[in-house]
Amino acid sequence: MISLTSPVRTRAHDWPAPFKLFALAVATFVLFLVNDLWLMGAALAVTLGLYALPGAVFFKAGIRRLKVLWPFLVILGVWHLVTATYEEGAQIILRLLAAVGLANLVTMTTALNEMIEVIRWLATPLRRFGLHTRALELAIALVIRILPTLVDNGTRLSDAWRARSRRRPGWRVVVPFTLLALDDADHLAEALRARGGFLE
Amino acid sequence: MERNVVLIALFAALIAALGLVPKLTLGSGIPITAQSMGIMLCGTVLGAKRGALAVLLFVVLVAAGLPLLAGGRGGLGVFTTPWAGFYFGFPIAAFVAGYVMEKWTSGNVSVIAGVAAVIGGIGALYLVAVPYYMVMKPAGLGEAILTAMVPFMPGDLIKAVLAGLITGALYKARPSSVLSRTNAA
Repeated sequence: MISLTSPVRTRAHDWPAPFKLFALAVATFVLFLVNDLWLMGAALAVTLGLYALPGAVFFKAGIRRLKVLWPFLVILGVWHLVTATYEEGAQIILRLLAAVGLANLVTMTTALNEMIEVIRWLATPLRRFGLHTRALELAIALVIRILPTLVDNGTRLSDAWRARSRRRPGWRVVVPFTLLALDDADHLAEALRARGGFLE
Repeated sequence: MERNVVLIALFAALIAALGLVPKLTLGSGIPITAQSMGIMLCGTVLGAKRGALAVLLFVVLVAAGLPLLAGGRGGLGVFTTPWAGFYFGFPIAAFVAGYVMEKWTSGNVSVIAGVAAVIGGIGALYLVAVPYYMVMKPAGLGEAILTAMVPFMPGDLIKAVLAGLITGALYKARPSSVLSRTNAA
């Protein structure tokens, strides 16, 4: 699976994830308070500067992740061109790029297991309300494990369709696809129960 | 217990898989990503509570940095755009769709599921996403409707109809597979 984490290891990888998330929350909050075109431009420049610090490979990977925003920028751009609110539009586009850029930066420099650790920590108070945190952890692992199998099922069903029809696979494929997933769920649940389930 | 957890995990993966498989094409040849249909299916197939938890798990994993959204997007950056209200609204959408499914017990399953998908996957979803857009962009109501609702509406209506048809077909093939229709936990 494609990964959103950085292609190169940076110094920020060693910082604790909660610290990075807290800093991101503060920075994003400030971005939404600022109402000045030049300050917003400066914020984006600083963000891009942070991308440039670890080198060209990191910078390019970061820009590639920002490029997927273009349809949103087009919608915003068209709206503010049509309503002739150029300065407001420019500011909003700069803010969007800076806010997404900073958030991506945290995702790029934080390993998945560290994030899951944070999620587990955040979920701990919910134990009092009956949330089974071990079940949550198992569910996360299950999603990651089962996803390639599901994609594989989907590909095979589409291939079977193509072998029998000249038309491309349509929405009907989703029916056997879901049935297969439900079957898998039954087998997995049985296997879990046979091994003691969620007994602590 | 085990079965519920596995179902929730599997449907979270199913939403992701629907965004990863090659795009489905409609009769007219319009490609659509099936991801928001996955949200609706979670509600109409799993029911309110399990459906909402499956979608919540999916959204949490996207935030944790897995590229599960259609087009391989994901990470925290997804949640800092003015359109992020859609992602926060996803679990609520599935819950409402499942709730309608559970309460409306007599009649054609395809029709009920279609209506449930419209009420949850469109009604409840936009009720979260549009005000969120208005606050975060910031924008007026008219602008929010034009830039956060109109571009996605046609696709969402098609997906709601398909979610209804798929749920109906599942019910026909195997009634016990539509869990919002059975009381077995």
